[in-house]
Amino acid sequence: MSTQPSTTKSNTIQPASTGKPGTAKPSATSATFLDSLSERRPPSFGGFSATLLRLELIRKLRNRRTLIFTMIMPAVFYLIFGVSNRGEMLGDTNAALYISVSLATYGAMVATTTGGAQVAVERALGWSRQLALTPLHPAAYILTKVIVSMMLGAVSVIVVFALAAITGVHAPLGTLLLSGLLVILTSSVFAAFGVMLGYLLPAENAIQVSSMVLGILSLIGGLFVPLEIWPNTLQTIAHFTPAYGAGEIARAPLGGGYDQWAVVNVVVWLAIFVAGSAWALRKDTARV
Amino acid sequence: MNTDTTHPATADHRIAPGQIPDAVSLTGLSKSFGDLKAVDGLDLNIRPGEVVAFLGPNGAGKTTTIDMLLGLSRPDAGAVEIFGMPPRRAVSRGLVSSVMQTGGLLDDLTVRETVEYTSAVFASSLDVDLVLKRAGIANIANATVKKCSGGQKQRLRFAMALLPDPALIVLDEPTTGMDVTGRRDFWHEMRADALTGKTILFATHYLEEADEFADRVILVAGGRIVADGPSHEIRAMAAAKTVSATLPVFDTEPDTESGTNARAEVAPGVAGIVDLLGGLAGVESIDVQGRRLKMRTSDSDTAARTLFDHACTDLEISSHSLEDAFISLTTKGA
Repeated sequence: MSTQPSTTKSNTIQPASTGKPGTAKPSATSATFLDSLSERRPPSFGGFSATLLRLELIRKLRNRRTLIFTMIMPAVFYLIFGVSNRGEMLGDTNAALYISVSLATYGAMVATTTGGAQVAVERALGWSRQLALTPLHPAAYILTKVIVSMMLGAVSVIVVFALAAITGVHAPLGTLLLSGLLVILTSSVFAAFGVMLGYLLPAENAIQVSSMVLGILSLIGGLFVPLEIWPNTLQTIAHFTPAYGAGEIARAPLGGGYDQWAVVNVVVWLAIFVAGSAWALRKDTARV
Repeated sequence: MNTDTTHPATADHRIAPGQIPDAVSLTGLSKSFGDLKAVDGLDLNIRPGEVVAFLGPNGAGKTTTIDMLLGLSRPDAGAVEIFGMPPRRAVSRGLVSSVMQTGGLLDDLTVRETVEYTSAVFASSLDVDLVLKRAGIANIANATVKKCSGGQKQRLRFAMALLPDPALIVLDEPTTGMDVTGRRDFWHEMRADALTGKTILFATHYLEEADEFADRVILVAGGRIVADGPSHEIRAMAAAKTVSATLPVFDTEPDTESGTNARAEVAPGVAGIVDLLGGLAGVESIDVQGRRLKMRTSDSDTAARTLFDHACTDLEISSHSLEDAFISLTTKGA
């Protein structure tokens, strides 16, 4: 609909400029100018592009802090807790495998939460305002951030699984692939969580606070230690944390059975965080 | 906009500029923050190709106006059109771009990557290398933004604004934080090459910047336009010129400064000249110290002629800086 008036415009201008060849110079320039106005097009997909993904990924990989939390920490934890539990069983699951999936979940969680929180940080830096002066749609921008964070989460999964394989903990490739995929899928919950947190907290604290919150959630939610070691009340609370839901779903392919409520848990949290981000984002638009 | 489509074809007598929509058209633009009226019924039209300075003290409503102009915020009342389109549409088509005052850059990207990033979000944009060269930052393309100086960052912002090859560039205090030389360099380089043929609107509170680089100066205070015209006119509007001259020696002058000498038939005497000058249009004040007369007037030509006619010597006319005009007009407007 938006292109309709501009094409009409250039069509009506054209004869006016060619009709008067002698004095056409100024009107010819105005016609070309109007043509150039109507030739202008907004970008497709709201400005979403591979270049953006590439540059955002480069930024992630340059950030040492992100790399430590998403790759080195899960890897080190695995080497400490996973390797020592090789051969042990946690219920019906191989303990090392159980731990590796849990830690991969944690890595992906940190990657997506910090990625989401960065939206708000960049808003405080004025980058969002800069982008608001371009055709880039806010949704395309947030989507780029989320995809890149999930890609980083995938790297974290690969690192932990590779370490598991190297240290002699074997599982069928299909199981690992499925489990990895579930880790990445459930990490979308935390991307939304990060966006929401980023908007609600002062930008300079957003990342720090979010990694602390994630640490606590993971500890209670059974990503670092099995739930069973906690007192009963805490165990009950743990079932309602998003970390529990994500971990439980990611470990489902390992064959130890899983809690169906975990699916409800993840879906509800996703809905809450998406709604929360949307609300925070709308509340915040006055500040562009 | 709909009437525009048929107008140029039928109305042949109208010259070409009438066919091009205004680069900027603001009508009755208003915005308040709580009780504060930041922008108060502002009307403004800018023709394509004009270089316009938006001059005013901090808090005059410049940035608020620019925000609405770029579609970053919504006016409480009034309308904004850029080349006959709503601002967001003009932005999405790359018709208008802007250089921000501060911030708006990511420290962890290089200069080149920052330009690539911006380039990627436009449907069509100029070549990244070309833009880097035009903004004078091709030599630091691979430096990270973190390591750039304030001036280099500003050039980078400028490079980003050039990318979509916009018809209108809006610069919000583009040289804030630069020293005088930096400012001069910035403008000379920018105007020389990159900005030819573009419509430029820049906000500034540097008076000399407006004076030197704009064709037209719009003075804002209290969210209103208090003056609008070529910078020399703006200056003339409020700021009178100072005319000073040495009075002739009168024979009958025992007490020069008293001004009570009434015996001035042949030569008018000091008091006579002062009376005569006081009767001229545009005179604001006359001050006599010894034989030196100093007056402020908006019509310096007439004053000078009168002084010459009465044998005054050493005539000096000094015009006021834009700063004087600025202070005089903005305090009046507020």
